[in-house]
Amino acid sequence: MKLEYPKNGKFGEFGGRFIPETLVPAVEELEQAYLKFKDDKDFKQELDYYLREYAGRPTPLYLAKNLSEFVGGAKIYLKREDLLHGGAHKINNTLGQGLLAKRMKKKRIIAETGAGQHGVATAMACATLGLQSEVYMGYKDTQRQKLNVFRMKLLGSAVHPVKEGTQTLKDAINEAIRDWITNVKTTYYLLGSAVGPHPYPVMVRDFQAVIGNEILSQMKDLEKKSPDSVVACVGGGSNAIGTFYPLIDEDTNMFGVEAGGDGITTDHHSATLAAGSKGVLHGMLTYLLQDRYGQIQDTHSIAAGLDYPGVGPEHSYLKDSKRVTYDAVSDDDAIHAFLMLSKHEGIIPALESSHAVAYAMKLAKKMSKSETIVVTLSGRGDKDVEVVEKYLSENVKNSR
Amino acid sequence: MSRIQDKFSELKSKNQKAFIAYAMAGYPDDKETISTVKSLVKGGADIIELGLPFSDPLADGPVIQNASFRALQKGMNFDRFVNLVKKIRKEISVPLVLMTYTNLVYSHGYDKFISTVKKAGIDGLILPDMSIEESDHYLDVVRKNNMDAIFLISPNTSEERIKRISNISSGFVYLVSVYGTTGAQQQFQQYTLDAIKNAKKTLGGKIPLGVGFGVNNAEQAKLILQTGADAIIVASAFLRLIEKTPKTKIQAKITTFAKSLKKTTISE
Repeated sequence: MKLEYPKNGKFGEFGGRFIPETLVPAVEELEQAYLKFKDDKDFKQELDYYLREYAGRPTPLYLAKNLSEFVGGAKIYLKREDLLHGGAHKINNTLGQGLLAKRMKKKRIIAETGAGQHGVATAMACATLGLQSEVYMGYKDTQRQKLNVFRMKLLGSAVHPVKEGTQTLKDAINEAIRDWITNVKTTYYLLGSAVGPHPYPVMVRDFQAVIGNEILSQMKDLEKKSPDSVVACVGGGSNAIGTFYPLIDEDTNMFGVEAGGDGITTDHHSATLAAGSKGVLHGMLTYLLQDRYGQIQDTHSIAAGLDYPGVGPEHSYLKDSKRVTYDAVSDDDAIHAFLMLSKHEGIIPALESSHAVAYAMKLAKKMSKSETIVVTLSGRGDKDVEVVEKYLSENVKNSR
Repeated sequence: MSRIQDKFSELKSKNQKAFIAYAMAGYPDDKETISTVKSLVKGGADIIELGLPFSDPLADGPVIQNASFRALQKGMNFDRFVNLVKKIRKEISVPLVLMTYTNLVYSHGYDKFISTVKKAGIDGLILPDMSIEESDHYLDVVRKNNMDAIFLISPNTSEERIKRISNISSGFVYLVSVYGTTGAQQQFQQYTLDAIKNAKKTLGGKIPLGVGFGVNNAEQAKLILQTGADAIIVASAFLRLIEKTPKTKIQAKITTFAKSLKKTTISE
């Protein structure tokens, strides 16, 4: 079931490399470099050093006793990626790719960002590794995540607001790809999710697999067995694939939670796997939200980081092979979980991660007290307090 | 032989090179698209490249992005595109090449999409995000329908890869002249001229070489043809002209501009 390094980047029929010819030499160069360094002793040592000393790994696996009691059911553990430097799991990948870019002698780094977390993590990695970074961000996202725009600038990165299309993550990726085509010889594209042409989905997964590997060893210490269930939110799907991949051959039920927005029967959601169909976007074959003619649809989520009409190809594979269950959680339920975790545990989760928390709360009720759920808390919610405050003032019913 | 291959042979016998002009289906609207194609042909266009707009045109610069966006807003879709092609086919006899993105073809189903556009009058396809590694099924279907699959190459494409691409391409091979998206507005640098010479040499006359992306005027067209290209491809420059010209004067201006470009393909 585990596809360690699938031939031509194909997870079953998904993935692959659908790209303009100009980028072919660039992704081939990247693949060569990745294959050369991924098992290289010096590279791994240097990455381990930065993950430990700079980013703060390993992250705790915290038993959320109060929340578990409040819900009543399985024990809920939180994998605290929110405690990492920068406040999200994104730094695992940016340090890895940043070190790779350095070995490839690329000095100019470009990236896309949705909520701004990957942009911030890119800016941080680049600042510490001595690289120049420029981040593309949908204009709509720059407005709802102003603080992260300022953080990126503080960290020395240029931020380019993208006013094309829907002005969200998808358009930021389009614009980053256009920049890459134009500056292909000098520039390294540091993709933040497990999407894009091969080898990005494999590479990003491998850099994020530290999450699942730690969960596995920590659970074996704490509970003497692998978790009964794991839950992670899925936008592009990097924290989820990093959580799931090391557990694929374990006896663990896995759940990927997408953004249900106003509900997946409406036009306002980002639940690609729950409600999408197969197509080709951003260099990969995967599930997409598209109309009957193949035009990519507008998406919605209260969490900017989940607001994306595609998904990593390995998730499409795991869905069709039924190894992982994918479901959606609405804006309302995510907000509720955001409030509950804040109140009961003193932990303010990112709105993206709140989707996973909401799903775990439902799941826990159906499980026994001896069973365990691990929720990957992919990021912290400081960036979201303004959005939540606004949402609450507009939706009084949510003060339940 | 296909209509595209016939056209190149015909031009060769007249000692001419090819002028390929682009129109975006549904921009500024369906009726104007038909007029635009007629004006281009009147101005001497040898082949028409017809764009079917996609929501996420990642190989395109701002001009085609904007035209795509507006055409989609006005409701352009596959069904309307097929009707439009049928109407255009009644008016003109030059080869029609469809340029769009892989998802529109894939999501419709390669067989259904390609046989439908073939019946409507399309002679060849260009998909800028279809790499040769992913093209097996696509190629089978294109060939089954006796159409041409036109693949792109770039200044950084290796000689070995150009050979592989030319082996599966038919009609012509499309060289992207610059590092960048469509519609670049700059002087061509030496690397572009080198890329044309190298590609021409590697193709060895087995298939014509078209050059596009950033060909904005007759002077640039002339330079490209003198360097060895068999065809010039002009797209964004026509869309820019449509955008900035008052509606009543658009068609006359298109024909005049097309004539200036066609002239560069005729040896004196």
